[in-house]
Amino acid sequence: MTAMRETGSRPALRTRGPVAVLAVAVLALTACGGTGSGGEADGELTVLAAASLTDVFTDIAADFEERHPGTRVTLNFAGSGELAQQIASGAPADVFAAADTATMEQVVEGEGLDADWAAEHGTHGLVFATNTLRIAVPPDNPAGIETFADLAADGVQVAVCAEQVPCGAATRTAMDASGVEVTPVTLEEDVRAVLTKVELGEVDAGLVYATDVDAARGRVEGLEFPGAEEAVNEYPIGVLAGSDDTGLAATWVDAVVDGTDVLSDAGFGTP
Amino acid sequence: MSAPADRRAGRRTRVRAGRTPWILVVPAVVGVLFLVLPFAGLLVRAPWSTMGARVSDPAVLSALWLSLSTASVATAVSLLFGVPLAWLLARTRFPGRRFVRALVTVPLVIPPVVGGVALLLVLGRNGLVGRYLDAWFGLTLPFTPAAVVIAQVFVAMPFLVISVEGALRGADRRYEEAAATLGASRATVFARVTLPMVLPGIAAGAALCWARALGEFGATITFAGNFPGTTQTMPLAVYIAMQRDPEAAIVLSLVLLLVSLAVLGTLRERWVHAR
Repeated sequence: MTAMRETGSRPALRTRGPVAVLAVAVLALTACGGTGSGGEADGELTVLAAASLTDVFTDIAADFEERHPGTRVTLNFAGSGELAQQIASGAPADVFAAADTATMEQVVEGEGLDADWAAEHGTHGLVFATNTLRIAVPPDNPAGIETFADLAADGVQVAVCAEQVPCGAATRTAMDASGVEVTPVTLEEDVRAVLTKVELGEVDAGLVYATDVDAARGRVEGLEFPGAEEAVNEYPIGVLAGSDDTGLAATWVDAVVDGTDVLSDAGFGTP
Repeated sequence: MSAPADRRAGRRTRVRAGRTPWILVVPAVVGVLFLVLPFAGLLVRAPWSTMGARVSDPAVLSALWLSLSTASVATAVSLLFGVPLAWLLARTRFPGRRFVRALVTVPLVIPPVVGGVALLLVLGRNGLVGRYLDAWFGLTLPFTPAAVVIAQVFVAMPFLVISVEGALRGADRRYEEAAATLGASRATVFARVTLPMVLPGIAAGAALCWARALGEFGATITFAGNFPGTTQTMPLAVYIAMQRDPEAAIVLSLVLLLVSLAVLGTLRERWVHAR
């Protein structure tokens, strides 16, 4: 807004040259930023989703575009916490799907969900999938890991997620539930980074989601462990307050909630 | 011949005495604002009331110490290998020299995360070289402070090499030739003539290298991992904090910024006064 006023003050333009140039630059930048989620006419939808949803949401989007000709779904995958930050900073988006309820809560308390949608479907979003932790080991299982307690043995190199991200919070819960305190060598920034370290054989084991083990079938082995059921992640989804096309956004959410086949094929649980 | 020369000289004096041309000032001011405004944003959003407690948190101090020490070691390592490499590129002719020079700039253009993956594939426990380090010496690099240093050297050394090579190319070679004709060996010429001549270039390159190492994120988190006290440097701590506690991330960013500005400012001061 201040930028507008500066360019408007013509007589002062000469002395305020630098300010005017900056104002123009700012205007140009904001103009570019505004086009991201626009274009309701041809039905554009921007979906921000947790990294672990990459495969299933890509499938659901292809199907969605086929069933709603003329619509285009733009998917943006990243760590849930990072996406929540982007929403708080005004990222143009219609739908947010998080990997845990705590991250959705950040959004609910901040920018918030669309009021009409929330009134109908719940103010904290709709839980559409669940995910459980697995121990992932390289195919040759160099450290001979069989139980959760093996992870705490001397000399076993374990990668887990940092507690600030959903898979890390689940790891904390699993450790508390099983009473085994694992000392990892690294706290990764997201679950895929843990998976990569296991795939490359740089660690003896990592704690990842069941869906990640499925996605990396052949490159890692997954082990179930007691205590994992204590740390089930619930994935909530919701239409964002900043959405330009809440109708289309709500249709997308319905498509995801109805996509139980795709979700369970990928290893997700469904509520 | 002399008339145009005079006129040119006259114009030059007039430019020097006249007003600074706005066509340079305006973009320069925009440039400064663009670089400074984000910093102002950090200052405005900083949680000043809880600043003291947050800064003196042992976790912050350990990340800061790890950052400063690894960046300094990385700079020392870069000097050890980078200065001779720059000399080789600037002063000798060998087949494939241009190719080697292009290779040196590779870490500048590839995303640091890719650099980190490449380091894992070579120096990781199952890496091309790393598996022998593990088998023969029981040495595994990932997830250690040494890995942090290696990641930093990988991304920061090219800055040093390029600065020093530029300085070497700009230096007057006649002094070196004079020393050589007086019987000095090539190594003596390098140590007694070349090195003192390009010292400012080396200092500038080292400062750039240190600053780049201090801010290193992508290659570090990929190759060295992230664990408080061993491999979690300030940029990693900032990124992890950003996930849940943006205020903590702002505090960490400010601490890193102020400490690095203080160090670079002091060094510059010393350097200017020493001359």
